[in-house]
Amino acid sequence: MARNVSTQRKLVTTVLAWTIGILIFFPILWTFLTSFKTEAQAIASPPAFLFFDWTTENYFEVQSRSDYFKHFMNSVVVSFGSTLLGLLIAIPSAWAMAFSPTKRTKDVLMWMLSTKMMPPVGVLVPMYLIFRNTGLLDTRSGLVMVLTLINLPIIIWMLYTYFKEIPGEILEAARMDGASLAKEIIYVLTPMAIPGIASTLLLNIILAWNEAFWTLNLSAAKAAPLTAFIASYSSPEGLFYAKLSAASTMAIAPILILGWFSQKQLVRGLTFGAVK
Amino acid sequence: MGDAMATLHTRSAARLMIAPSVLLLLAWMIVPLALTIYFSLLRYNLLMPGMEEFAGLTNYTYFLTDPAFFQAVFNTLAIVLGVLFITVVGGIGLALLLDQPMFGQGIVRILVIAPFLIMPTVAALVWKNMFMNPVNGLFAWLAKLVGLQPFDFLANAPLFSIILIVAWQWLPFATLILLTALQSLDEEQKEAAQMDGAGALSRFIYLVLPHLSRAITVVILIQTIFLLSVFAEILVTTNGGPGTQSTTLTFLVYAQALLQFDVGGASAGGIIAVILANIVAFFLMRMIGKTLEA
Repeated sequence: MARNVSTQRKLVTTVLAWTIGILIFFPILWTFLTSFKTEAQAIASPPAFLFFDWTTENYFEVQSRSDYFKHFMNSVVVSFGSTLLGLLIAIPSAWAMAFSPTKRTKDVLMWMLSTKMMPPVGVLVPMYLIFRNTGLLDTRSGLVMVLTLINLPIIIWMLYTYFKEIPGEILEAARMDGASLAKEIIYVLTPMAIPGIASTLLLNIILAWNEAFWTLNLSAAKAAPLTAFIASYSSPEGLFYAKLSAASTMAIAPILILGWFSQKQLVRGLTFGAVK
Repeated sequence: MGDAMATLHTRSAARLMIAPSVLLLLAWMIVPLALTIYFSLLRYNLLMPGMEEFAGLTNYTYFLTDPAFFQAVFNTLAIVLGVLFITVVGGIGLALLLDQPMFGQGIVRILVIAPFLIMPTVAALVWKNMFMNPVNGLFAWLAKLVGLQPFDFLANAPLFSIILIVAWQWLPFATLILLTALQSLDEEQKEAAQMDGAGALSRFIYLVLPHLSRAITVVILIQTIFLLSVFAEILVTTNGGPGTQSTTLTFLVYAQALLQFDVGGASAGGIIAVILANIVAFFLMRMIGKTLEA
C-alpha cells in the first residue's frame, strides 16, 4: 500500500517536473527546430512543429552571407585566450594564498571579489578611448585583455577554493622525504590540482564565450565574436527567423554541451565556493 | 633556524606569486576609474575634438536633473528586483520539485539548466522575434488561438518583457544553487521532523527555509552584481525604448557615450552608476562576509 502511494507520487512528480523542464527548455528547442525550416515555414501559422520539409540550407546561407566561421573563430580565440591567460596569472596567486596564507589573505580575496562589483559602464568611456587611441578597438587581443581582467577575480577565487582542499599533510610528507620544491610541485601537487584547474578552465570559457558588454562595445566587423555577430540580427534582417535560428543554434551549441558537463563547477565557481 | 629561513623564503615567494594579480586588478580598478572621474569634469564631445574645457560639476547636475536619469534608476531597480523575485521564488519551487524522487531526473536537470548557458544576445533575439513578435511570434498565435488580440510585448510592456527574458536566463542559476544546497540537507533530519508529525508546510518553514538561507543570500548577491549591468538584452530588443521606457542606468550611459559621443556627460553618469552600485555592494559584501565566516 505504502509502496503504491510512493510510486504514484513519483509518477506525478515525474510528469510535473518533465512538463516544467520542457517548458523552460522550449525556446531553445524551438530555435533548433526553426533552423531547419524554410523562411516561409518559419513564420507559418499555425506553426509547424515537426512535420515540415527539413532543410539545412540556412546553415550554409548564414556561413556564405556573413562569414559565420570567422566570428566563431573570434569567439574561440577570445574565450580560450582570456581563460588561459587568466589561469597563467591566477594559478601562482591562488596557490600562494592557499598554501601560505597570511592574516591578510582573506582581505585580499574579498578585495578581489569587490572589483567585480564595479559596474562595467563606470569605465566604459575611458576603456573605449584607450582602445581607440592604441588601436586595440575591434581586435581580438584587446578583447582578450579585457575579458582576462574581468574574469580574473572569479578564476582566482575558484582555484583558491580547490587548492584549499588539497591536504597540507601531503606536502609535509613529501618534504620529509626530502623532495625539493620543484619536485613537490610537479609530482605531488600538480596531479591533485589538475581537476580544480580543469573545472575553472571550463567555467571561464563559458563565461567568456557569453560575455556581452565589452564584446559588444569594443568590437565591430573584424573581431566581433558570436555575441556581437548575433546582435547584428536585431535589425529588421532579424525577421528572417530561420537564418536567425541557424546562426543562434551554431552559437550556443558548443557551450550548451560544455555546460551540461560542468553543472557542479557552475555552482561552485559562481558562488565563490560558498555553496558546495 | 632552517625552518625560519624556509618560511621567510616561502613568504617572499608567496608575495611574488600574488603580486601580478594584485597589481593587474589594482591597475584595472584605478586607472580607468580615475580617467572617468577626470573626464566627468570636462566639457568633452568626440564630435568636437580639441574643444575640451574644464566644466566643474556641470555634467553631474545635467545628468542628475535629466528626467531620463530617474526613469533609468527606476528601471534598473525594477529589473533587479523583478528578476530576483521571479528567480528566487521560482528557484525554490523548482529546487524542491527536482529534489523529489522521479524518473529521468538527470535529463530534467539538463533541460532546466540550459537557458543559463545561452548567450544574452541569442536569448533576447529568440524571445523578441520568435515569441513576442505581435505578428509572427508564438505568443501571438496562442492569443489568436484562444480568441484574443495579439499583444505587442516589447512596444506596450517593454520593461516587463525584458524582466521576463532576463528571469528566464537566471532562473536556472537560482535553481541549481538552491538544489545543491537542498541536497546537503540531512535526510535524517527530514525524517525526524516527519516522525514528530511536522506537516509539509511547517517542515518547509522551520527546517528547509533556514537551511537554504545561506544559498538564497548567495543567489541574491551574485545575481544583483550581474543584473545591475544588464545591457545586451536591452540593446537587441528595445534599444532602451519606446522613449526611455526600458532605459537602464547602464544603457543610458552607453547611449550618452557611444551614440551621442558626449564623453563628459557619459563619464558623470558612469561615476553615478559606480556610486549606486557601491551602495548596493556595501550591504551585499557584509552579507557574504558573514555567510563565508559561518
